[in-house]
Amino acid sequence: MVDLSLTAGREIPAELPVAGARDFWLLLKPRVMSLVVFTGLVGLLLAPGTMHPVLALTALLCIALGAGAAGAINMWYDADIDARMRRTRARPIPAGRMTRGDALAFGSVLAVAAVLMMGLFVNLLAAGLLAATIGFYVFIYTMWLKRRTPQNIVIGGAAGALPPLIGWAAASGEIGVLPVILFAIIFFWTPPHFWALALDRAKEYAAAGVPMLPVVAGLAATRRQIALYSLIYVPLTLAPWAGGYSGPLYGGLVALLGLGFLLLAGMVWRGTSAVAPRRLFGYSILHLFLVFAALLADRAATAGAAWPAGVG
Amino acid sequence: MPVSDMHRRRRGRNLALAGVLLAFVVLFFVVTLVKLKGP
Repeated sequence: MVDLSLTAGREIPAELPVAGARDFWLLLKPRVMSLVVFTGLVGLLLAPGTMHPVLALTALLCIALGAGAAGAINMWYDADIDARMRRTRARPIPAGRMTRGDALAFGSVLAVAAVLMMGLFVNLLAAGLLAATIGFYVFIYTMWLKRRTPQNIVIGGAAGALPPLIGWAAASGEIGVLPVILFAIIFFWTPPHFWALALDRAKEYAAAGVPMLPVVAGLAATRRQIALYSLIYVPLTLAPWAGGYSGPLYGGLVALLGLGFLLLAGMVWRGTSAVAPRRLFGYSILHLFLVFAALLADRAATAGAAWPAGVG
Repeated sequence: MPVSDMHRRRRGRNLALAGVLLAFVVLFFVVTLVKLKGP
């Protein structure tokens, strides 16, 4: 007799993993999410117009959920790569605590919910930008570029650079010049940030078959590219001041912070220090956070009690 | 995986899901009030 059951011919594991709540939380890449939410918050607070605090919080929640959803779908797709790298092998799927199907379902539901909520409660422009961000990260970066080209994180960096635009659009319903500058800042921050990590983990990326720049072009070429992108990134952080969107407080703080970035990038470029890439990677996270925090501090100092104008 | 551990994980996940659903209900309620009130 022919077995027509759904499980015919398939080996059913005795026990499927039961993921806990913490595993679902880890699936959202909370550390990445926190930086995304912060840059989105800065875009939202700097934007013109007024927004009810509840709607502002809802917009931030949507940005957080969207970023988390993209992270979850990325972990579903890249589970094979994650299992081969020390940095990622403890993640829920490669560690065997969660099925890939659970991760895909969770990420997909979150993505749809985040975009729908943004569209229904905030505005369609912000929802469209959020959908584009998730789609770009999942389809362009994760599925297309990551395994094919060393320019993966350069082009893919656009997804991580969009949150200030989403925050700005959520508050004002339009896109201005300042959020585009903020987009450019994060876009040019991404290569030195990720290549510093890749320099430190080149062997792991090679073993996992990911064509990161150090694997494909070598360590010297990567160090040179880090220096070149840093020379674009650091002056670009001064653009809000040069364009008259922020005052001397921002300009002074960011100039000082930028010197530190260039110093570390120079150490990486020379290649004389084995710890320089790791230091640049860590400092780059702090640097981006402080640049955006400086924008808020400057605006608060300039506007005084009248700020934030966008929320209230 | 021992059954007790599996049950503990499942209970934790269910409670977290219940909390998330409740939070969404509250959020939808509050946002609806804000939207009804208008600018």
